[in-house]
Amino acid sequence: MPASSQERLPAATPPTTGAPTAGPPTAGSLSAAGTVPTAADLPAAREVLEAADIARALTRIGHEIVERNKGADDLVLLGIPTRGVALARRLADGITAIESTQVPAGALDVTMYRDDLRLRPARSLRHTEVPAGGIDDKIVVLVDDVLFSGRTVRAALDALNDLGRPRAVQLAVLVDRGHRELPIRADFVGRNLPTSMSESVRVLLTEVDGTDAVRIAHTRRGDPA
Amino acid sequence: MKRHLLSAADLSRDDALVVLDTAEELALLANRPIKKLPTLRGRTVVNLFFEDSTRTRISFEAAAKRLSADVINFSAKGSSVSKGESLKDTALTLEAMGADAVVIRHSSSGAPHRLAYSGWIRGSVLNAGDGTHEHPTQALLDAFTMRRHLGGSIDGRRITIVGDVLHSRVARSNVLLLATLGAEVTLVAPPTLLPVGVDGWPCSYGYDLDAALPKSDAVMMLRIQRERMQAAYFPSAREYSRRYGLDARRFGLLPEHAIVMHPGPMNRGMEIAAEVADSDRSVIVEQVTNGVSVRMAVLYLLLGGREPAEVSA
Repeated sequence: MPASSQERLPAATPPTTGAPTAGPPTAGSLSAAGTVPTAADLPAAREVLEAADIARALTRIGHEIVERNKGADDLVLLGIPTRGVALARRLADGITAIESTQVPAGALDVTMYRDDLRLRPARSLRHTEVPAGGIDDKIVVLVDDVLFSGRTVRAALDALNDLGRPRAVQLAVLVDRGHRELPIRADFVGRNLPTSMSESVRVLLTEVDGTDAVRIAHTRRGDPA
Repeated sequence: MKRHLLSAADLSRDDALVVLDTAEELALLANRPIKKLPTLRGRTVVNLFFEDSTRTRISFEAAAKRLSADVINFSAKGSSVSKGESLKDTALTLEAMGADAVVIRHSSSGAPHRLAYSGWIRGSVLNAGDGTHEHPTQALLDAFTMRRHLGGSIDGRRITIVGDVLHSRVARSNVLLLATLGAEVTLVAPPTLLPVGVDGWPCSYGYDLDAALPKSDAVMMLRIQRERMQAAYFPSAREYSRRYGLDARRFGLLPEHAIVMHPGPMNRGMEIAAEVADSDRSVIVEQVTNGVSVRMAVLYLLLGGREPAEVSA
């Protein structure tokens, strides 16, 4: 087991509902008697991280990964599709530049391990690509864009279990938006974003979306974030 | 996708491509230490085989087990069917046991359709071969195999299917699926072994194998199905073999990149020479391997979610 270092706690405690900074103009009235806001009432998506913020966050996470693991030996970065894969590649490039050893990056599709498969129509699979050295006895860093309920990470841990036995598994995310439903936390966080359940967090990356940004928008109740 | 897979025509082009892409991902499972996924845990798949089969039944069983489904194998021999039980009563029994999917092979064309649409069972029905009608998962695994060997796409590829088209459910399903995927299919057979109405099929046909081979990207040899032949469709086995068998000389007429396929079981020396079947451009053994991946994909897409996968057009 890795020695439990003094882990940096999230800057803000995970919010419950309608955090002050995140609330829409009508925040607080969403409860009881509040009228359900229609799309027209809602403000457009608001940009909370720009390209430069994302780049800085990834640079810092890269350094933290190296510091925590005392180097880049035996590191394997596995991104969770779609945007986690692009983030894992960027982190691997960053760490390679810091440590001048090549850090392998791959992709881990967790669709077949999800706990909500039977709530929706069957979904098509994404590509899984485990780097040539495998994951046995490696330090695997799972990379995803947004940490929310924690269910995707749980599925990823199950998927890893079928692929081999890493020495340790760590989790890096660009955004932690709170509202965990499982006892899961991230080891490396780009930005803690207090959000309400009625908001959705969108990470846009050049590789996938043509631009780098993190945006918060309102969704109707029940929409998946 | 539709809830049942009864015919290759049930699949739109996008459905078929999703199945092939899913199978491509699932094929990677073969390289892993644990060749199993938890996805269909708690679901029950019944293999209902009224007709002999080795590779299809084993392939469906392996596919369902790799997805962690519970598998019940039912063969007509040694069951109540040999005591005269009807398809309906068998179906009601399966429904009472809670089958989520029924994989059926039957000697009567249309039996899977009857099973799917008579209201006897609620689960999905997968046709694993019915009479001389269809065998859609075979067509899918053939398309999967071709796509892998022919540069990743079947669009515009020329596929020649040779032999007993009349009795072949494999040929019919392949013609329908390959046409959906944009291939140019040519059937080659003696006139007596082409079905009535072949003019309406989305393919061309001819009687001269030597003329068709040089422009084929893949050639699929069909088994002569003696068990379904009650009349004389050709003068002698030797004459058939001379005119329509794929021997070493004809193999030489194929382009360099062309592959040789056969759905099995083969009659070596009849429709295909042993040296051709064993050549390095024969993908016959690989077809069997691919069958498991493709059937896993179909089972996952039909049973993995609340309802079959939604495929955007």
